[in-house]
Amino acid sequence: MAEAWLPTASNAALRKRAELYRAIREFFQVRDVLEVETPSIGRHGVTDPHIASLAVAGHGWLQTSPEFAMKRLLAAGSACIFQICKAFRDGETGALHNPEFTLLEWYRVGFDEQRLMDEVQQLLGLLLPGSVTRRCTYGDLFQQQLGINPHLASHADLQQLVGRQIDTASPCEDKDQCLELLFSHRLQPGLNGLTFIHDYPASQAALARLARDANGTTIARRFECFVDGVELANGYYELTDADEYLRRGEADNARRATYGLPAMTTDSRFVRAMQQGLPDCAGVALGLDRVLMLLLDASSIEEVLSFAEGRE
Amino acid sequence: MANHSTSEFKSGLKVMLDGDPCSIVENEFIKPGKGQAFNRVKLRNLKTGRVWERTFKSGDRLEGADVVEKDMDYLYNDGTHWHFMDPVSYEQYQADEKAVGDAGQWLKEQDSCIVTLWNDAPLVVTAPNFVALEVSDTDPGLKGDTAQGGTKPAKLSTGAVVKVPLFLNIGDVVRVDTRSGEYQNRVKS
Repeated sequence: MAEAWLPTASNAALRKRAELYRAIREFFQVRDVLEVETPSIGRHGVTDPHIASLAVAGHGWLQTSPEFAMKRLLAAGSACIFQICKAFRDGETGALHNPEFTLLEWYRVGFDEQRLMDEVQQLLGLLLPGSVTRRCTYGDLFQQQLGINPHLASHADLQQLVGRQIDTASPCEDKDQCLELLFSHRLQPGLNGLTFIHDYPASQAALARLARDANGTTIARRFECFVDGVELANGYYELTDADEYLRRGEADNARRATYGLPAMTTDSRFVRAMQQGLPDCAGVALGLDRVLMLLLDASSIEEVLSFAEGRE
Repeated sequence: MANHSTSEFKSGLKVMLDGDPCSIVENEFIKPGKGQAFNRVKLRNLKTGRVWERTFKSGDRLEGADVVEKDMDYLYNDGTHWHFMDPVSYEQYQADEKAVGDAGQWLKEQDSCIVTLWNDAPLVVTAPNFVALEVSDTDPGLKGDTAQGGTKPAKLSTGAVVKVPLFLNIGDVVRVDTRSGEYQNRVKS
């Protein structure tokens, strides 16, 4: 057992992180994307039913991502921006999770999610060379691997499929829980190389725009990126409609209530920024600790953090 | 017993699952960035030894199982039960065939072993990793043959049969690894 004052990361891991940040900053400098900083403590947390914000007494909430503040910069005319920052999520501890972790988040004005996926691919091609790249819609992945249409299937159909595939302690409360179980347990582990999954169910849009796909199904213009089964990035063709944001916030809080979670306020300054006009843009957040894990072939996130949870 | 939440599911924690006492083997936290958090948990059923995988929603709870492991002295077998004594409290316990299982063939009176108690009753008996037992029956030894690879079956005083080198004789004491059932060396002759 190592002494508790010692770092959890090796010197090699510290060095690798510095190299990684240098490469990222160069990547964006060449592309004329401005590096910014935004507060770690915000007045509001997030309404997402499955993301727990950490309260800071007398101040507000540690930010679970820099999304709202960065979009306020965009609305104020910053043009394309990126940030490397800490994000905080309560209760997330595991081989791939630490309550405090590092995100690279960037926004591209005038891009949609397809163009942003191209850029994520370029960046990851540089950082993690040699990955075979594939793109697949969320619907096609479920159809090919599990023979079910995730957009049209009922809660009962999905629950039945879960029952056949996975031994769970309790049934899923809704359709999305079934989909998340099937995705994380049966589909994600098989996503080898660099895989982009896009066109998410409308119910999992978060802050992405909705659209109709070629089959006339309403989907979210959201994508996620996986490398060898590890979730690395989450991106949107960003929602710019303030009223729709408020409606989704209410729906989130209704779901929070069914899970017995406290309601979270929507961010009024973010709403005002959206009303003022968020430029047409796409944005993505990428977990840098996990990129380092892949680079160093680490089996636990603590190997790439100077002082992981429990050693802080 | 106490209730344990998924975040407390550390390896070795004893919990009740479907009415059986289990030991947590592994607890994997699975959390999609935007989705429900799950814990995929591997548990060993302490009655059957089988390892099972079950997924919980993070925050789900399981009842703790009153399971303790104790070093005990093996006293004797009365024909149906094996009797043990806790050398600290001098309390005696009797274990049935099911609890003793394969460990029975290695148990010599006065030897120490591990008895797993569930609700204060023996659930599993684990023999020490290594035991020294006397050979009670085997073919006569071949003199001088101490290096050759050949083996022969030997019956030990507890009834177990192990493969031993050809040079061993009745009355020799041998050291055996109870986990593999393999002969290690001769202790004395």
